[in-house]
Amino acid sequence: MWSLAHIANEIHQWLNNTFNPTWTLIIEMVLAGVAVIGLFAALGLVLVLMERRVAAWIQIRLGPNRVGPLGLLQSMADTLKLIVKEGLTPDGADKVMFNIAPFIAMIVAMLLMAPIAFAKDFQLWDLNIGVLYVTAVSSIMVISILMAGWSSNNKYSLMGAMRSGAQIVSYELSAGLSIMTIIVLTGSLQVSDIIQAQSNGWWIFKGHLPVWISFIIFIIAVTAETNRAPFDLAEAESELTAGFHTEYSGMKFALFFLAEYINVFIVCAIGATLFLGGWMPLHFGSNNAFNNAMDYIPSSVWFFGKTFFLIFLIMWFRWTFPRLRIDQLLNLEWKYLLPISMFNLLLATAMAILGWHF
Amino acid sequence: MYRETEILQQTSPGIIGETGEFTINVGPQHPATHGVLHLVITLSGETIKKVEPHLGYIHRSIEKMCESLNYRQFIYVTSRMDYLSAHINNHACALCVEKGLQIEVPPRAQVIRILMDELTRVASHELWWGAMAMDLGAFTPFFHAFRERESINEIMEETCGARLTMNYIAPGGVVQDLHPDFQRRVKEFLKLYKRKIHEYDELVTGNIIFQNRMKGIGMLSAKDAISYGVTGPAARGSNVSSDIRKIQPYEIYDKLEFDEVLETGCDSFARYMVRIREMQQSIRIIEQLIDNIPEGDFQAKTKAVLKLPKGEFYTRVETARGELGVYIVSEGGTTPYRIKFRSPGFSNLSVLDHIARGSKIGDLVAMMGTLDLVIPDIDR
Amino acid sequence: MFLTDYIKDVTGALKSLATGMKRTLYYFTHHKEIITEQYPDNRATLVMADRFKGEVVMPHDEKNEHRCTGCTACELACPNGTIKVVTKFDITPEGKKKKAIDKLVYHLELCTMCNLCVQACPSDAIKMAQTFEHSVFDRSKLTKILNNPGSKIMEGVE
Repeated sequence: MWSLAHIANEIHQWLNNTFNPTWTLIIEMVLAGVAVIGLFAALGLVLVLMERRVAAWIQIRLGPNRVGPLGLLQSMADTLKLIVKEGLTPDGADKVMFNIAPFIAMIVAMLLMAPIAFAKDFQLWDLNIGVLYVTAVSSIMVISILMAGWSSNNKYSLMGAMRSGAQIVSYELSAGLSIMTIIVLTGSLQVSDIIQAQSNGWWIFKGHLPVWISFIIFIIAVTAETNRAPFDLAEAESELTAGFHTEYSGMKFALFFLAEYINVFIVCAIGATLFLGGWMPLHFGSNNAFNNAMDYIPSSVWFFGKTFFLIFLIMWFRWTFPRLRIDQLLNLEWKYLLPISMFNLLLATAMAILGWHF
Repeated sequence: MYRETEILQQTSPGIIGETGEFTINVGPQHPATHGVLHLVITLSGETIKKVEPHLGYIHRSIEKMCESLNYRQFIYVTSRMDYLSAHINNHACALCVEKGLQIEVPPRAQVIRILMDELTRVASHELWWGAMAMDLGAFTPFFHAFRERESINEIMEETCGARLTMNYIAPGGVVQDLHPDFQRRVKEFLKLYKRKIHEYDELVTGNIIFQNRMKGIGMLSAKDAISYGVTGPAARGSNVSSDIRKIQPYEIYDKLEFDEVLETGCDSFARYMVRIREMQQSIRIIEQLIDNIPEGDFQAKTKAVLKLPKGEFYTRVETARGELGVYIVSEGGTTPYRIKFRSPGFSNLSVLDHIARGSKIGDLVAMMGTLDLVIPDIDR
Repeated sequence: MFLTDYIKDVTGALKSLATGMKRTLYYFTHHKEIITEQYPDNRATLVMADRFKGEVVMPHDEKNEHRCTGCTACELACPNGTIKVVTKFDITPEGKKKKAIDKLVYHLELCTMCNLCVQACPSDAIKMAQTFEHSVFDRSKLTKILNNPGSKIMEGVE
């Protein structure tokens, strides 16, 4: 009744009854855009607050507790501060590129929202190459970072950008290969198919060793791809002050900051979709009472719950581990993750052909 | 032209020649330098070709200031040199003045001084551990280290009346007797420390990323350590015996049971392990003394105005960072004619260029961490 | 063998990472370990150590009398010129002139709380107070006169 798909349908029907089909499509597009931007803003606020709370509790601190009840309005106040700050453009910077870079970061993050299934039958665009689309579009992210680093006219920024370029390009390989494992098992690139294939059990449960390995590799690779600690070499603050966004301030900085968190959300959403069954509730074999109880929890809650669990995992990494060095980072990818994930893909393929998974 | 500006202008063009080398300024305001240290680094890509430290941003001419202060007053200034081992600095100065005046310090005062020194050493290493991990990008250890350090600071606050610049040691003994709660508080701290010490290994020492960042990085051979004048934990990481408490014992260190911590690794990890193990040795010393504080005076009888006889006096002590030497030239008046401090940070910094060449920027930060630089100590 | 070493490497690395994560998870879930003191809120319960060196004060008794003889020992002991003793001459009932303080000027902005003046004082006239909230909007407010207006020296203090 109150599911997101139902609400979307109601709106669609009402629009169809009121306007002609062309206008309906345009209005629906505008609505989708507004919803995505709204989700962005909400996610930015929630994730920043969540990160600060997680960090504080791990570091035996209290965390933000001054603005609003329990400090819930802290990120609101921070955003307000960033909006009123001046966005400086340094002398000697390539002005056009410098100002465009943060927007590219944001646009990439927005594009990635399209194929994500937020709830049952609630998806912006269920295109038949959904997963491929995500991997392809997410590589554009590196362009914005390189643009920002190069155009800043700052050696710290440039070094951060070069590091990030090497890092994202190499980690995309193992992220891609671990996604391939699931694609091989499912036999489809379409997000809805992948989720449907997990209706009798999530891949992490019925995929055995290959899926576990690829899940671990996926988490490591996406942590690196989103420039999060322990792979935050692009902004390594004790080495490069702030890396590629050293020269950014005000809202331009905020856009980079927001894009980082949105990217974390998206990769976690992809991870939840591929490995943890997206919006699929948790089912145990033929225990009907339990399964029915699980079905009562709305699908959107399942999706967001799984995503936020993965986000927490990534935050947990950040506040536990020291940073890697650039050569170690590349070693890890080329000497460990890539061989393992290639071998793993072979294993998964054999398993898929022989039908060893349930 | 102002010398610093001149150097910057010479080095400012981005890429020099065909070698593709370029320079960046780390500091004076940079998260990795923990103060106003300025390093001009010549890089080829990520590889360091040369590190050139520029000093003087926090020079307060402490040595010159001391010349206008009398022998009671100048001690408080030295707390501001290496503020993390303020007690030990004060101790060194008091020892030098006592050497000149030939004062015998009462046994109670000696034990109190050593207890305070070792607590300071633990607190300093605690902070170093947190800051070191933060240099490597792990933020959590910093806060965990401050929890233990906080309880030492509270002990200091209770007995000395201040948390950082205590000024508790005066020529002839200590300023005030111990606070009645002192022993209880120290025992509580020891209990807390023993309960938490294994977390250090879990969080940082055993971590594979950390070990890879530290092992085989910043190699400093014993020969180089001696020729650069490196002292303290940095030298002992290269298997150079340099603990003044063992070589030239002052107070009652010769009667105490503790080991000089030596590591043979010569790399950053060896220097790291020296400090971690040194904390345990300090705890051992505190445990030996805390129940055996002799009764008696806490201060020897001294005149209101101290006058050192004409001559030169030199003492050295082991601070948390290495050897601190105090050299006083007296003309027989109430103020020193000349004072010179041999600070451990300065010589430890001088080796940075030697060990950093050929490594990556990330390693430079780790090496600076293991040298444990306190910038006001270097500049004075 | 190469492959076993490789696998051992990977599992050992993962294990060391898991140990660290276990430790941080412990603190994430055990909020009673939090040690933050919320300073301006806990003013009521905040107790400073009784030896804490906050600022130099001159205690007066209920008859508005202090113990300062104006000997300038504190002024001489101070390394920073923080204390300035302004003296005057009282006429005793016997008609003799007696030295006494007019003002004891204390520059809090110069003070490093080194405690040397308190140690130097022969008549225990000054001591360290435990206050620490010294910030003001005008730096002239940091220059204080320690003796109360109209105060006198206590009987019997020489």
